[in-house]
Amino acid sequence: MKRKFCFLLILSIAFPYLTGCGNSQTGKNGQVVVYNWGEYIDPDVLDLFQEETGIQVVYDEFETNEAMYAKVEAGAVAYDVICPSDYMVQKMIENNLLAEINFGHIPNIENIGQEYLAQCRQFDSENKYAVPYCFGTVGILYNTTMVEEPVDSWALLWDEKYNDNILMQDSVRDAFMVALKLKGCSMNTLNREELETAKEDLIAQKPLVQAYVVDQVRDKMIGGEAAMGVIYSGEVLYTQRENENLAYVIPKEGTNVWIDAWVIPKNAPNRENAETFINYMCREDIALLNFEYITYATPNTAARALIEEEEIRNSPILFPDLGQYGNLETFQYLGAEGDALYNNLWKEVKSE
Amino acid sequence: MIKDTAKKIYIILIIIFMYAPIATLVALSFNASKTRSKWGGFTFKWYRELMANEEILQALMNTLLIAFAASIIATIIGTAACISIMGLNRKSRAIILGITNIPMLNADIVTGISLMLLFISLGIKFGTGTILLSHITFCIPYVILSVMPRMQRLNPYIYEAALDLGAGPVYGFSKVVFPEILPGILSGFLMAFTMSLDDFIITHFTKGAGVDTLSTKIYTEVKKGIKPEMYALSTLIFITVLVLLFLVNKAPLDKKEQAK
Repeated sequence: MKRKFCFLLILSIAFPYLTGCGNSQTGKNGQVVVYNWGEYIDPDVLDLFQEETGIQVVYDEFETNEAMYAKVEAGAVAYDVICPSDYMVQKMIENNLLAEINFGHIPNIENIGQEYLAQCRQFDSENKYAVPYCFGTVGILYNTTMVEEPVDSWALLWDEKYNDNILMQDSVRDAFMVALKLKGCSMNTLNREELETAKEDLIAQKPLVQAYVVDQVRDKMIGGEAAMGVIYSGEVLYTQRENENLAYVIPKEGTNVWIDAWVIPKNAPNRENAETFINYMCREDIALLNFEYITYATPNTAARALIEEEEIRNSPILFPDLGQYGNLETFQYLGAEGDALYNNLWKEVKSE
Repeated sequence: MIKDTAKKIYIILIIIFMYAPIATLVALSFNASKTRSKWGGFTFKWYRELMANEEILQALMNTLLIAFAASIIATIIGTAACISIMGLNRKSRAIILGITNIPMLNADIVTGISLMLLFISLGIKFGTGTILLSHITFCIPYVILSVMPRMQRLNPYIYEAALDLGAGPVYGFSKVVFPEILPGILSGFLMAFTMSLDDFIITHFTKGAGVDTLSTKIYTEVKKGIKPEMYALSTLIFITVLVLLFLVNKAPLDKKEQAK
């Protein structure tokens, strides 16, 4: 008797899950299914959005562009709004996964700075598919107590004085970006010779590198474990707050400007709600809340004007004058063959 | 004498290897500074923030619910499967056991992707339900693996004797067979529970929008760095498991002592 009761109890717990009845309630104006990076939005913003528009947000998170792409391409879940990075937006456009955005429904696009929309054209040639959300640069973070000379060039990462004191990014495109930019090449090049040279340079640099890392640059630089490292600008404010001896520079040879942007997939079931959502994200006060939560630079110039601390509002680290550099690029999708070429060269570097 | 000290040092080394990572995590969960390379003073801040963080608590709830439901259902199905496998002849028994072993040897990512494709082609809506179904699927072989040996050691004549003495099949099973295989069922249940609890990759492919378990939740934080609340939560889970293990191991001892 007791066991029968237990079994019924379990069934009654499990039943709503099995049939999916549990989460069928939606807002009075329907719902919008959002797929964003982890920790990439102020949770209060989602509540505000639901209150103001009556649209219920179903919120889901991913950790890499590639994992996101696998799920979206398979069509396991029909998302309405996704926030991929630059080259991934291009890949999704090329593979016919994205819908054109009706900018008539997004009046707040006015708040986005023109220079950022111009940068977006590197992967979305007519600004038809993507609305930029966060951006940043890649540069050198260095410890002023350990580096004496002025830092202004990627070449410093090849200086033998800093043997075992250099941190490189452990990802193929970021590492090749450094080597290609050093020689004045495009970081989206498919030219074999340029890539071979870059590969040789990376191999030559290898003995000097303390470690190839991803987010450990942050902690290692704060702890003073290395003199300099290649880092994404979004992390700089935080590292400087923890260790005042750290400084960031965009090398004169140019660098990568990365952009994460909102897009709407072709199979989005609630396209209008998706546009309402993107428009809401572009509102200056909302963009400001998100900026304060994420601390990555916002392309929303109206929101930037609202930042109270002048130091941050005019920070050349967060908001560099993109026009001042002639050699800033954004990653492009190189096609399956291009990816394979880079990956093979990177393998040669790592296995040397 | 030297041999004894060597033994002790060896044991201490092993314990350090096994517990140093956990000790680091516990220490960091009390660190007021967010970065691992600076000690910002002792604090309970992350524990307070953890209690206020609804998303993490919801993910914890999901994880526990799925783990309980999946392991209980998998235990029932797995045990039933064992009973019927015992009724087969030697050859088909070997074949069936081989088939049930394959999912365990299979890489998780293959299981995950194939389950995802299956759900898509069946048109099932992705959500908690799909996670639960996949967890049951990959837990069943573990239950069979731990119940089967008990089943094989069972003396079949006891059950037949029970029937001869007038017991019905159900009564006979619950009074004679069930108590004998209970340890196997329990260890199968525990194994299924832990497998479900720490699965990431299969959950990742079969979860729907807005449903997260702890493992997928932690993984999404990779881009911005894992928050110290997670250290706090992991510490709490570790302590809970430790206390449970302590209680489980202590209880039988007490009984034996009483018997003396």
